[in-house]
Amino acid sequence: MTMGDPIISVRGLVTRFGTHTVHDGLDLDVRRGEIIGIVGGSGTGKSVLLRAVVGLLKPAAGEIRVFGESVRDTPELQYRQLRKRWGVMFQGGALFSSLNVQQNVEAPMREQLDLSPQTRAALAAIKVRMVGLPENALGQMPSELSGGMRKRAGFARAIALDPEIVFLDEPTAGLDPIGAAAFDILIAQLRAALGLTVFFVTHDLDSLHAICDRIAVLAEGRVLATGTMAEMQQIDHPWVQAYFKGPRARAALVQKRTA
Amino acid sequence: MTRHPHIEIADDTMRLSGDMLISDIEGIAGANVPSGTISVIDITQVGRMDTAGAWAVVSLERRIGGGGSKPMVTGASQAQAGLLATLREHMPQDAAVPSHKISVADRLEAFGRATTRAAHTAIAMTGFLGQVVATMFGLILHPKRIRWIAIVHHMQQVGLNAVPIVSLMAFLIGVVLAFQGAAQLRQFGAEVFVVDLIAISILRELGVLLTAIIVAGRSGSAFTAAIGAMKMREEIDAMKTLGVDPITVLVVPRVLALILMLPVLGLIANVSGLIGGAIMSWIELGVSPSVFKARFVSDTDVWHFGVGMIKAPFFALIIGIVGCYEGMQVKGDTESLGELTSVSVVLSIFLVIAADALFSIFFEIVGV
Ligand SMILES: Nc1ncnc2c1ncn2[C@@H]1O[C@H](COP(=O)(O)OP(=O)(O)OP(=O)(O)O)[C@@H](O)[C@H]1O
Ligand SMILES: [Mg+2]
Repeated sequence: MTMGDPIISVRGLVTRFGTHTVHDGLDLDVRRGEIIGIVGGSGTGKSVLLRAVVGLLKPAAGEIRVFGESVRDTPELQYRQLRKRWGVMFQGGALFSSLNVQQNVEAPMREQLDLSPQTRAALAAIKVRMVGLPENALGQMPSELSGGMRKRAGFARAIALDPEIVFLDEPTAGLDPIGAAAFDILIAQLRAALGLTVFFVTHDLDSLHAICDRIAVLAEGRVLATGTMAEMQQIDHPWVQAYFKGPRARAALVQKRTA
Repeated sequence: MTRHPHIEIADDTMRLSGDMLISDIEGIAGANVPSGTISVIDITQVGRMDTAGAWAVVSLERRIGGGGSKPMVTGASQAQAGLLATLREHMPQDAAVPSHKISVADRLEAFGRATTRAAHTAIAMTGFLGQVVATMFGLILHPKRIRWIAIVHHMQQVGLNAVPIVSLMAFLIGVVLAFQGAAQLRQFGAEVFVVDLIAISILRELGVLLTAIIVAGRSGSAFTAAIGAMKMREEIDAMKTLGVDPITVLVVPRVLALILMLPVLGLIANVSGLIGGAIMSWIELGVSPSVFKARFVSDTDVWHFGVGMIKAPFFALIIGIVGCYEGMQVKGDTESLGELTSVSVVLSIFLVIAADALFSIFFEIVGV
């Protein structure tokens, strides 16, 4: 695979639950080092797409390649190698409820690498502070955290191994605006520092404006359009128009201009 | 391809090279450094660097600096400089993890805490019992609020569905009693007393007690798990905000269903235990069913049956209250759900046996 190839490429993806078809011939390319925003109405299959790409869900048809390797056909051993190179943050945070925050962040290091407990603890402490959690959060259990803190801890776990791709499912939903903006800055910072590729499912127009290089719109079981924020304004589709030209979109745009 | 990281020290310069990645960074971060002589850390030769690599550089920088002036880090690319800046900002000052040993005093303290916790649990559980009983009386005054469908559903779950296992268990107990009793009684030529042995031990004690133990394992644990899972997903909080009383909706139907069904299960256990005993007596001792029946009817005081049956609703109350109470104690994590489910089973079985012992003393005093 050369540098120019897409890091994630999805071709003709079909996913079904019983008779309910979620994706019907979906195509999507993600380039190395970009932050791609995935938007779409509730229930259009953004989370399902994410699960299919990371191999948690077997699609009915189609091909998914990550790092040039087919996710569907890789044998278990190779899939493990692939898995090391990405981090996932699920919509609900999905922290292990019987482990405290530090142990949660250490979990990928413990599974994948052979590090001393001191190193692990030091790295976990850094990751936790990087995502903006206070230090005393390290010893807390997930059930003792607020919703926003849980998201941050989930993100800290996703970036624990400095992956090449991070999949984020609505990381800023439920955060206060300041926290959400800080999260955006954090993602942009880490992208610059680590060369991350970010697969960013979000409804947050401010995030889309602030950090996404490209946006892919999911509707009707496929990717309706991809392009920059400016290009989205030009797309002639009622949902896209309503989404990117609605009152909230305008507010986000004005904010960006005056900033 | 990755190159292993490497440290080189020349005069006042520490030169790092290779890829500083999380997979082999420990050697670098923990490397011995001469104190006070180094003023520059040169990372021009470093290839790829991730957060762990930056952590290693910053911890070297701090360790070399000690209390005094920090060395300069030179040769960082723009991205690396950004990463180092992020790390300097976020790395805690003292990375040392405090280690502590467990002393005798700690153990003593833990023991004391466990004791007071047990006392608190006993008080809280009694309070819960009172709450449930009060709610039940409240429901008698307002019968419209009783959840009949839930009660019937739980009666099926704890009662009807338990019939096969309970009757099989009791049948086998009857068989074993007859078999063991036969071996002893034959020595005295007192075979026919096997009927009394079986009848008294099953009717008075074993039928109901063993049924209660099986139900505690089957339904008590299910109560704890079901209510605990609801607690975990904030369903119980949601009920409270909607003005629905979780005791009325969740606890009372379960406890009532148990109180109604445990005597029935106990009766079934008694019957099938007697059948098992009769069959085995016939095979082993030649006591024919008609002799068994005649002796059973003439010799066995009906109070043996009564004593057993009186205990059943109390056992049911214990199992139901313990199961629901432990379910309500579940916190947000899955660990506590599993832990409390097992606590619930162990505690309810223990309390059932303890209550059985108290009943024995009571009936002894009363003289039945
Ligand atoms: N495990 C499942 N079983 C059956 N149907 C499912 C399952 N998971 C998802 N679906 C269906 O797939 C569709 C897409 O769900 P998905 O979770 O991807 O939505 P989404 O785009 O992420 O929405 P949101 O923005 O609300 O998170 C929905 O119609 C949902 O009902
Ligand atoms: Mg979703």
